[in-house]
Amino acid sequence: MTRIGVVTFPGSNCEHDTVHTLGLAGADAELVWHRDTDLAGLDGVVLPGGFAHGDYLRPGAIARFSPVMGEVARLADEGRPVLGICNGFQILCEAGLLPGAHIANRDLAFICRPVEVEVVDTGSVLTRAAEPGRRLRIPLNSYEGAWVDPTGEGRVVLRYTDDPNGSQDQAAAVANQEGNVVGVMPHPERASEPILGSDDGLVLLRGFVEACREVKV
Amino acid sequence: MKVTVNIVRRPDIADPQGATVARALRDLGHGAVRSVRVDRSIHLEVDGDDPDQVRAEVVRMCEELLANPVLEDFEVVVEG
Amino acid sequence: MTAPTDDLKFEDAYVPEPEPGPEPLHRRLGLTDDEYRSVCRILGREPRPAELAMYSVMWSEHCSYKSSRPFLDRFPTEAPWVVVGPGENAGVIDLGDGWLAALRIESHNHPTFVEPFQGAATGIGGILRDVFTMGARPVALWDQIRFGPLDQPRNRYLFTGAVSGIAWYGNAVGVPTVGGEVAFEECYSGNPLVNVMCLGLMRSDELVLGTAGRPGTVAVLLGAATGRDGIGGASVLASASFDESSTTKRPSVQVGDPFEEKKLIEACLELYRRGLVVGIQDLGAAGLSCATSEPAARAGVGMEVHLEAVHVREPGMTAAELLMSESQERMMAFVDPDHVDQVLAVAERWEVDASVVGTVRAGGTLSVYEGDELVAEVPAASLSEDAPRYRRELGEPGWMEDLWSNTLGLVAPPDTSKTLLLLLDDPSIASAAWVYEQYDHMLFLNTVVGPGHDGTLLRVKGTTKGLAVSTDGNGRLCYLDPRRGAARLVYEAALNVALCGARPRAVVDNLNFGNPEKPEVMWQFRETVEGIAEACEALGVPVVGGNVSFYNETDGQDIYPTPVVGMLGLADPMPTSPPRLDRAADGMDLWLFGPEWAINLAGSAFEQVAFGHVGGRPVAPDPTLAAAAIDAAVTLAADGLAPVLHDISDGGLAVAVAEICIASDIGVSLRVSDWRHLYAEDPHRFLAAAAPEDAERIAEVAADAGIPARRIGRFEGIDIVFELPGAVASVDVETAARTYREAIPRRVG
Repeated sequence: MTRIGVVTFPGSNCEHDTVHTLGLAGADAELVWHRDTDLAGLDGVVLPGGFAHGDYLRPGAIARFSPVMGEVARLADEGRPVLGICNGFQILCEAGLLPGAHIANRDLAFICRPVEVEVVDTGSVLTRAAEPGRRLRIPLNSYEGAWVDPTGEGRVVLRYTDDPNGSQDQAAAVANQEGNVVGVMPHPERASEPILGSDDGLVLLRGFVEACREVKV
Repeated sequence: MKVTVNIVRRPDIADPQGATVARALRDLGHGAVRSVRVDRSIHLEVDGDDPDQVRAEVVRMCEELLANPVLEDFEVVVEG
Repeated sequence: MTAPTDDLKFEDAYVPEPEPGPEPLHRRLGLTDDEYRSVCRILGREPRPAELAMYSVMWSEHCSYKSSRPFLDRFPTEAPWVVVGPGENAGVIDLGDGWLAALRIESHNHPTFVEPFQGAATGIGGILRDVFTMGARPVALWDQIRFGPLDQPRNRYLFTGAVSGIAWYGNAVGVPTVGGEVAFEECYSGNPLVNVMCLGLMRSDELVLGTAGRPGTVAVLLGAATGRDGIGGASVLASASFDESSTTKRPSVQVGDPFEEKKLIEACLELYRRGLVVGIQDLGAAGLSCATSEPAARAGVGMEVHLEAVHVREPGMTAAELLMSESQERMMAFVDPDHVDQVLAVAERWEVDASVVGTVRAGGTLSVYEGDELVAEVPAASLSEDAPRYRRELGEPGWMEDLWSNTLGLVAPPDTSKTLLLLLDDPSIASAAWVYEQYDHMLFLNTVVGPGHDGTLLRVKGTTKGLAVSTDGNGRLCYLDPRRGAARLVYEAALNVALCGARPRAVVDNLNFGNPEKPEVMWQFRETVEGIAEACEALGVPVVGGNVSFYNETDGQDIYPTPVVGMLGLADPMPTSPPRLDRAADGMDLWLFGPEWAINLAGSAFEQVAFGHVGGRPVAPDPTLAAAAIDAAVTLAADGLAPVLHDISDGGLAVAVAEICIASDIGVSLRVSDWRHLYAEDPHRFLAAAAPEDAERIAEVAADAGIPARRIGRFEGIDIVFELPGAVASVDVETAARTYREAIPRRVG
C-alpha cells in the first residue's frame, strides 16, 4: 500500500479532507503531527491547507520551523514526492523548498470559488497523470494566494486560464526543478467527488499517488 | 517632508499575533523574549516646509483614516 | 474611516465611564436600586464590590433575559428527537444511528456597531464555543447580517468591516460559513444586526454538559490569557495604580484570535474523546462569573475559586475585573482530580494555556479568593436563578391600525422590465456572492448545496443522511404584523429545508428588538414569540434554543422587530440529485406550487423598492397549506423529479423566476392573469423546473400533498418574458444577470 503522510500543524484545517481524498485516489493516507521527526515508511508527504499558526506574521513563517520540516526537507532531497496545498504551498516557499513567496490577492479579499486551470507542464508529481493543455475546474480558497518569484526559477505546472488573484505568470501550481516538490494554491482535494461539484482534482491526486508508489523500492 | 506614523495597538487590547510570535521565538531558542507586540508603521512624503503644519496635518490623517481609535493609538514623527 | 460615535449602548447596562462622587457603586455597575436590594436580601448583608460586579454582569439583560424569559416559556421545546433543549449552551437533537447535531444562534449587534471587524469576528468565536462546549465538532456557520442603506458611508464601513471580520475569523479557525442572508434597511443604520448560527456534529456518546460534577472535581481554565476585554477603560474598580492618562471613554474592545480558538477546539475534542472531562462550559458574556456559577448551579454544588491562579495577560487586574472580563477563547473544564495531569498534558500538546483555578465543594456556595483574601461568597445558583424577571408593560402601538390601512393601492402596473431590474438591483435581493465568496464554504467536503441557493444541504460522511439548514429573517414584514410575520418566517424556513428534501426537525431563534422599556416594543416581542410558537406547534418542530437582543435603538428610533430563525432539517437518505437553482434547461416546464391568487402587496419588496412604501397588512399564513407545500417539496426533491426548486419570497414570482434564469443562463416565458401576481410575496409557494415528460407525475405529487400546482411557463431562449393582460415585458438574461451580480459590488467599490 502506498503510504502518504499528511502533516497537521497547529491551525491546519484541511488535513482530514486531504486524507479522505488521497484515499479516493488510491493511497493509504495518515496524519503526521508537526512535531514528529520520524517519517520512516512514508512514500510521500502532503502539507495540507489551513491557517497554520493563524497565518500570523506571514503565512507559513512559523510552521516552517516545526520539527517535522527537517524530515520533509530530507525526503524532498531524496527525490520523494512532496506536495503543498494552499497553506502547504506557502509553508514550502517559506522553508525554501520551493522558490518564491505569497502576497495578498490583488483585490485584497479572500476568494472562495471554482477556478479553471490549465496543465502546462506534466513533468511534476502533481501533473504527471494529466494531458498537457487539459483544463480542470478546481476551487480556489485563499487570501494570500498570489505567488511572486523575483528569481524567475519556478517551474509553473498549472496556470489559471484567467487571472483571479494576480499570481505571477498566472501560476496556480509551481514545482522545483526536479519536479518532485510541488505547491498548488487551489484545492484539488475539494474537486474529487461529483456530488460536491467536480472531480477534476482526482487526476492530479492520482498522479501524486502514482509518483509515491513508484519511489518505493 | 518625510513623516513616519507608528500605529500602535492600545495596551489594553489583545494582540494575538504578538503572543503567537513571542511563543514561536521562544520555541526557536530565544528564551529571553518576554513579550512581543506587532504593530504597523506608515511612511509618508508630504509637501510643505513647516514641520508643525505637516505634523498637524498628518495627525488629522491619523484621526480620519490611518488609525482606528477604538483599537489603536498613533505617534507621528516628522524627520528633520 | 469615520470614528464611531460616543453614543454607545450596552445591553448589559454596564456604564463604562463612572464619575467619582455620590453615585453608588451598584448604579455605576448598572444595577437598579431594587436589584441591589435583592442582592442584599439574598446575601443577608451588603455585598462586597466583587460580588456586586458578579451580579451586575449575570443580571444584565444579555445574560439573564430578565425582560424576555417570561415570554419565551411560550415556545414548544419538546419532541422525541430532542436530546437537549433550551437552557444548556446549545440545543441538541438526535439524528438517528448514533449521531447528534448541536445548534445555536447568537447576536453580536452592539460590538459590531463599536468595531465592526472585531465585533462580528468575536461573534463567530462565541457561537463556535457554544457548540463545541457540548462535545460537538463545529462543522458549519451561517451569518444573518443587516445594515442601513449602502449609500451612506458609515453603513458601507460597518457592512464591509463585519463581512471581513466574519471571513477572517471563520476562515482562520477552519469552520466553513455555508449560508446566510444580508439585508439593508434604514432602521438598521444606527443598529447593525449580526446574528450567527453554528451547527456541530458528534456521536451520542460524545455529548458533554455544562455541569461542575461532584465535590472534589477540579476546575481548569483553558485557553487565552485573561485581560480587560469588554471592561470599560476607566473601570470603577481599577486599582489605584491605573494610569489615569491612558484611560479612555471607550471600553476595551474584545479582539478575536481564531488560531487560539482552533487549538482550543482540537484540545477540547481530544479531551472529550478520551473521556477526560466531567463537564465543560465556555466563557462568553459574564466570563468567569458565569463559567463558575452556572455549572455549579446545574450540579447543585458549590465551588472554591482562586483568582490568583488565573493566567492573565495584564498585571494588576482587580478581582472584579477578573470576574467580569470577556476575554475571548476561554473554556472552563471540570475534571476528576485523577485526570488533571492528563488534561494539562493535552492542553500543552495543543499549545493551549491552562490553569487550575478551583475545586467543587458540597453545599451551594461559590467562594472566590484572591490569595488568602475572600473577595466574594455567594449562593452559586442565585446568580442565574434569582435574576429578576420583569413583566414589562406591553401595549399595542396606536399606529398599527393606521399602518394597516395605509395601502399603496396601485391600480395600474408600473413598467415591468424596469421594475424587475430595480428589484434585482436591490442589495437585499441581489446576489450576495460578494459576501459569501469571502467565506470558505467548501472546507470539510460536506457542502452539497451551498450559498446561492435556498437552503444549505450538508452531507454527513459515513452515513446516508443529509442535513438541510435555512436561516430566514424579515424585519419589514414583522413591523407590519409581528405575529403573522414571525409565523411566516418559520414556515419559510421549513419550506426551504423541505426544498432540499429534508423534514424540518428543530428551530433556533434570534430575536432582535428595540427598547424593551417601551410598551410597543414589548408588544412586538410578545406577538413575535406568539407567531413563532404557533407555527412551530403547527409544524411539530421544537425550539431548541435562542437568543434575545434588546436595546437596538438609536436616538429613540427602534429597529423593526427582527426575528431571525434557523431551521434544521433531516433527509435520510439525502437526495442523490439535490435540486439547485442552476439546472433549468431549454424546454423545461416552469411550475408554480401554491395558490396563484396572490395579490396582496403589503410588506413586499416591490412596494418598498419601487415606491418607498411600507404599509398595509400582510396576509396570514395557512398552516394546512404550509404542511402541504412541505410534503410536496420533500417528495419532489427526494424523487429527483425537479432539477430546480426555488421558493418565492422577497420580490415575489418575478424575482424568483429571474433568479433561476440567471443561475441557469436560460430565458423563460410565462403568463400571469394579474400584474400583482408578479410581486406578491404570499407564503407557501415555490417554483419548479422539470422535463415536460414528468408533468403527470409532478401533478400527482401536488395532488397527493394537497397543494395546487400548475404550469405557468416554459424555459427557453435568452430573455425573461412576462405576458400580462394586454402587455408583454421582456428583459434579457444577460442584463438581468449583470444587474443582479453587480448590485452589491458596485455600491461598496
